[in-house]
Amino acid sequence: MAQIEVRGLRKSFRAPLRSAGPFGALKDLLHRRTRTVEALKGITFEIDAGQIVGCIGPNGAGKSTAIKIIAGIMNPDGGEATVLGRTPWADRIAHVRHIGVVFGQRTQLWWDLPVIDSFALLREIYDVPRREYEQTLADVVERFKLAEVLDSPVRQLSLGLRMRCDLAAALLHRPSILFLDEPTIGLDAVSKLALREAIRDWSAERGLTVLLTTHDMDDIEDLCRRVLLIADGSLLLDGAIDDLRRMSSARRTLMIDLAAGVANVELEGAELVRREGDRLWLEYDPEQVATHELIARAAAAFPIRDLTVADRPIEEVVAQVYRDAP
Amino acid sequence: MRPYLAVMRTRCRLLLQYRAAAAAGLATQVAWGFLRLMILEAFYRAGGPAPMTLSQVSAYVWLGQAFLAMFPWNVDADVRDQVRTGSVAYELARPIDLYSLWFARALAMRTAPTLLRCVPLLAAALLLFGMPGPASATSFAWFSASMLLALLLACALTVILTASALWTISGDGASRLLAAVALSLSGNIAPLALLPDWLGRAVVLLPFSGIVDLPFRLYSGNIAPEGAWLVLLHQSVWTVVLVALGRSMVNRGMRRLTVMGG
Repeated sequence: MAQIEVRGLRKSFRAPLRSAGPFGALKDLLHRRTRTVEALKGITFEIDAGQIVGCIGPNGAGKSTAIKIIAGIMNPDGGEATVLGRTPWADRIAHVRHIGVVFGQRTQLWWDLPVIDSFALLREIYDVPRREYEQTLADVVERFKLAEVLDSPVRQLSLGLRMRCDLAAALLHRPSILFLDEPTIGLDAVSKLALREAIRDWSAERGLTVLLTTHDMDDIEDLCRRVLLIADGSLLLDGAIDDLRRMSSARRTLMIDLAAGVANVELEGAELVRREGDRLWLEYDPEQVATHELIARAAAAFPIRDLTVADRPIEEVVAQVYRDAP
Repeated sequence: MRPYLAVMRTRCRLLLQYRAAAAAGLATQVAWGFLRLMILEAFYRAGGPAPMTLSQVSAYVWLGQAFLAMFPWNVDADVRDQVRTGSVAYELARPIDLYSLWFARALAMRTAPTLLRCVPLLAAALLLFGMPGPASATSFAWFSASMLLALLLACALTVILTASALWTISGDGASRLLAAVALSLSGNIAPLALLPDWLGRAVVLLPFSGIVDLPFRLYSGNIAPEGAWLVLLHQSVWTVVLVALGRSMVNRGMRRLTVMGG
């Protein structure tokens, strides 16, 4: 049975329009103008227990709105959602007891308190039995390597450590589902890897369901077998990451480092998309020109020091899908 | 109940750390106490029959200075910031009732700084500044009970101030306005008994008198113990009314937020 079922979820916002000019504020006071933004135009999907699902889409596409509604902190205009058998917005307190949330841009820890005190407070808030709490605490401390930071106030922690603590805090009451809104935003590479590893392992060991939004395609490639692509309030794709690749053309990139300054870098069958000094990026369609053929042509045309062939970076694929979105 | 007590305990522990602020506040409040007393004394010298004796006024002023931090004159800054940044919505991701959470925070915010200030100030006033003791043991018992209700009343008003931020975003405007009005109407500028008769009688009915004027008059015996039940009734009724008002404000404000988006 699906843990999360969403059917035809809709949400629109009314945003006030502000008039420009010195008398704009006065005009707005007399005559309010608003414009309606449809954040979600009816999206439908299901998520089974233990899945890690990534939700991507351009800024303002509605993915955060969707996650907020499913997490129970925003009401939809229409549609249905059932999470663990409950409707989030109708049965908020019972619902949030069984979910954990981490919103990347902010912390749910108390800024001035040592981490362990925030954890203890969360134990009281979620009314976790002491023995169960102590066991989970020992697990997260070991798994997320938090032993040394437990006594430091949250404000003294680096962002990477803080996010790990936030993740731990969201797991203390042993939720069945974890919602992560841009969990790796602003983290350095090492911290990102550590955070992803923690999420992946915890989910694998305990069957935790994870729904995360992100702009970082490495998050998706590392964590998620399944991707929801939301653009302009609609669900454009619900599938594997390879389905996403297939949505755009199969073009590849050939990167060449030239040995010395070469002025003319025209190459038949490939398009020069970028050049930085002696480094070139050429795009080509492998169905029109075979890779080895292209490399042979390039080697004949200019002195090459090094070259690599790559699928288009997933970022570019996504950017193209976003651009092509209706 | 437990989560709210835990929040309150934690907030208190944090607020009790601000000892330097308490010391500075203490000095200011002592100076203000003398200033207020001197002005009132000058009035009393000018003659005329007064509804309060000068010694009752002295008790009233020093109590007012000692419990100043309990007065609902400001909003909860953390909550105000949460509202400003929109992150208040995330509080809904926890299995707690938002009004009770804010009330628990208000309780901490009104008690911890007051405890730091009132003990040394009252000790100094009683021993050095000639503040009289309570009129009688019964008066003191009624005064203590009444102060507890005053605390609840102050918290109910604090949450209303804080909740007003859900509409005005900053909450500063409402809190400055209310602080000015409430300070004068509570008796914190001058005892309400010294207002013109018709005005004083009307003002005493408002909730603000229950935080300052009424309990302090119980202390000095200006309101006899026989009349104490009326004071407690006044405070209880207003507490119930203001809690209901605050709760509906928080509910409506949050509904607006969850419907309109963060």
